[in-house]
Amino acid sequence: MNAPATPKYAAYVCSGCGIGDKLDVPTLEKIAQKEGKMALVKSHPFLCNAEGVQMIRDDIANDGVTHLCIAACSRRAKAEAFSFPTAAVSRANLREGVIWVVAEGSEHDEVRQEMAEDYVRMGCAEVKKMKVPGGNVKESSSKKILVVGGGLSGMTAALAAAEAGYEVALVEKSGALGGFATNLWKRVPFAAPYADAQPVGAAELAAKVSANPKIKVHLNSTVTETAGAPGRFAVKIAQESGSVAEELCGSIVQATGFTTYDINKLPELGGGQANVVDQAGLEALAKAADGGPIKRADGKEVKSVVFVQCAGQRDTTGQHLAYCSGHCCATSIKQATYFKDQNPDIDTVVMYQDLRVPGMGEDFYRSAQDKGVIFTKGKASKVTGGDGCKVDFKDLILNEGASIDADLVVLATGQVPNAGVNLDEWTATVTAAESGDEAAKIKKGELQKISVLNLDYRQGPDMPQFKYGFADSHFICFPYETRRTGIYAAGPTRRPMDMLQATEDATGAALKAIQAVENVEKGRAAHPRAWDLSFPTARLEGCTQCKRCTVECPFGAIDEDEKRFPKFNEERCRRCGTCMGACPVRVISFENYSCDTVGMQIKAVNIPDEFEEKPRILILACENDAYPALDMAGIQRLSYSAFVRAIPVRCLGSVNTIWITDALNSGYDGVMMMGCKKGDDYQCHFVKGSEMAFYRMSKIDDTLKQLGLETERVQTLEVAITDNARVVKLINEYVDQIKEIGLSPMKGFG
Amino acid sequence: MTTANQTAIAKYKNSFLKEVEANVEEGHWVRMCMQCGVCAGSCPLGNAWAHPPQELFMMIRAGKREEVLASDSMWMCTSCYNCIVRCPRKLPITHIMHGLANYAHRLGIAPKGQPTRETATLFWNNLIKKGRVNELTFSLALYFKDGFVQGIKNALNMQAVGLGLVKARRLNPMEILGGHGVKDQAGFKAMIEKARQIEDRKKGFAK
Repeated sequence: MNAPATPKYAAYVCSGCGIGDKLDVPTLEKIAQKEGKMALVKSHPFLCNAEGVQMIRDDIANDGVTHLCIAACSRRAKAEAFSFPTAAVSRANLREGVIWVVAEGSEHDEVRQEMAEDYVRMGCAEVKKMKVPGGNVKESSSKKILVVGGGLSGMTAALAAAEAGYEVALVEKSGALGGFATNLWKRVPFAAPYADAQPVGAAELAAKVSANPKIKVHLNSTVTETAGAPGRFAVKIAQESGSVAEELCGSIVQATGFTTYDINKLPELGGGQANVVDQAGLEALAKAADGGPIKRADGKEVKSVVFVQCAGQRDTTGQHLAYCSGHCCATSIKQATYFKDQNPDIDTVVMYQDLRVPGMGEDFYRSAQDKGVIFTKGKASKVTGGDGCKVDFKDLILNEGASIDADLVVLATGQVPNAGVNLDEWTATVTAAESGDEAAKIKKGELQKISVLNLDYRQGPDMPQFKYGFADSHFICFPYETRRTGIYAAGPTRRPMDMLQATEDATGAALKAIQAVENVEKGRAAHPRAWDLSFPTARLEGCTQCKRCTVECPFGAIDEDEKRFPKFNEERCRRCGTCMGACPVRVISFENYSCDTVGMQIKAVNIPDEFEEKPRILILACENDAYPALDMAGIQRLSYSAFVRAIPVRCLGSVNTIWITDALNSGYDGVMMMGCKKGDDYQCHFVKGSEMAFYRMSKIDDTLKQLGLETERVQTLEVAITDNARVVKLINEYVDQIKEIGLSPMKGFG
Repeated sequence: MTTANQTAIAKYKNSFLKEVEANVEEGHWVRMCMQCGVCAGSCPLGNAWAHPPQELFMMIRAGKREEVLASDSMWMCTSCYNCIVRCPRKLPITHIMHGLANYAHRLGIAPKGQPTRETATLFWNNLIKKGRVNELTFSLALYFKDGFVQGIKNALNMQAVGLGLVKARRLNPMEILGGHGVKDQAGFKAMIEKARQIEDRKKGFAK
């Protein structure tokens, strides 16, 4: 960007949408000029219309305006109209943040005007510390997409990317494409009428992949090293024979699938006994039968079969899988029809606890019932294998014990993800190995062998895992995102799923991978700030090498250089600012978001002396959920106290404790921090940011005591985007609480 | 005495479901139940059933022949059709209940003295005499089904109602002498006989 050398500051106050009726706009202009020190201040009755926007554009073009504060609506509104790529822009939220939330009536005129004046002061203070982000454009970046895993998900992802015009490198461990799907006799139907099992089609898909000129397939290969960052992943692909190929890739789709749960871990359900097989075992028998009568291993034709659902799944004892694998009910239904389609006289019983057939599986279930498959709601307690198998179970409808005889018993055992190394285990092992533990050194080597990606990140060789060892992803809000930017998980490595879901998943992950390489080329961030051109920089001369930023970055974006200083890999960065919040010496900043841009806003607020009995409460609200919830409160005209001053932050993780101490030192009476839900079922858009903030704030009590303040003066809250009514209640209750405790004794010292 | 029952047992051995599918009206629907329990929750007489429909279906699949056929549950059905309307799997539950009751009755293993069964039997026997229900003899038969003394008591209890009906010309005392019937008595008898033959053949009772 060729911004002029001398900055020129301008403020624009909009009087539309009722702002002019409720507020004294000329006074706001005066404040922007005198206190905000804006060189140019204008007001407009309809700032976001073509004429208002043109006025600002003209000032930028003809008057050399480089920095502007727009005092109008929330920064979440009219983003397109107020987009001026060459200028630094701050927004003072007078509409959603003031006139819509402060109670009606002239008795509130004074506090309403004070609130608006503070927001204008804050907007002016913020913009003066902002720079126009230039973007992190790199000279050359690869747009090739690496797909790890040649199963159904991997092949689908590779084809999706190749058909969209991208080069693909596909790495498959075994000697052929197809993965688990090649073991199947038939698959569950994907399309209407959902009545009969269908040909699998894995071979056709593999042929399509092999024939695609944009896809380079590496068979018998594993990834032995992944270095770099999105746009410049240097990947070493080692063949079984020992030869190593190198690929420069822009992004990665990890589709490493699953392993079936070991049936031998289920001796009580006959695991390991003759004529007790898992679902994969039955597929093998069905393949061998090739449409004829299905025979057992001993060659006897199967005349009766029992399918035991949830075998070693949904386990509450902690011995087996705690989760439901989602596909097994439909799979057993499919396998029961193998028998019924061949010979309707074969007795087939599916013993289930809760039959779960997602998608259109209900039609398939009905079709199997129509074919005469018997469904028994029961829980198997004991399976005896051998020549005549027996299933003892509790009938859950009739509430009594019973048993069935069968020639063959099939256990639905579920999926175990192939997600590589567990990073917690890795970190512990590496720490022990570094302190000289020989056993740990050997274990480290073993862990490296099971690693999928062998990332050279300081945080460990694979992506972090979620509950039960699945690759971390938020399976509702942003399903393919992992905590390793540019690396996307697809298929059963991410969560248990069936083939149709895996197909959709792979397509989604391929699109994310494409988005990633395109964003890198434009120097932009990835989800959830995909438009963002800013990136973090550190003033290394002030760095104390405490390593908090490298440890706390949720995305593994920061390595350490040879001198043990933080080394930012900007392409891995999601711009959450957790590093900035972590830094005790405040050397990390973004061009348009820093300790100063927020710190100056905090200091810009006019703190009335304590005899005025007007408390001032700072709200640091996450821009992803909490700030929209506050805006929504305004849109719904819910009113909250005019004593609060809200500042949006990129993530609660970016909150530096200096802001809290500065606020309390300068006489604020309380601080409310609002972030997303943390923990295993997190809603934090940066996964760990909110958690970090809560952790840091759990230690702030000492600081408060040193200042001689009550611990209630800092509150950390979880707020969801739907909490618009709750957030109003929280604010009003907190204001009452602060009034009860009394105003801060720090006023006037700041 | 229960040769029909013994024949059925021998024929279907341990597949009671197949027996139901073959012999019970709408019995082929039993396999389609998904055990949601909406029928049980919808039945206005639900509390009176030892086994609600969904449970009966499960028992049929589990081969509990005696328990199902000797049960008085399906006799509790009042044909309100709530279950049919609500069943997500569109099972004609009311019809299946009547089918099961009828099958158990024909086999001679339905519960003895079950009021619905007795009433239905009296009604049918009354009807097929002349092709018209003789309300007077039907009522009397009902009153006296539990013996002479109880019959007199029942009749005295209903005296006012009966006289009212007579006054309103809704009940003809002369019906006691045999009453009215359809015109073609011989044709009617032949039709009933033919229907029975067809049903026996379909439900495995043909001699």
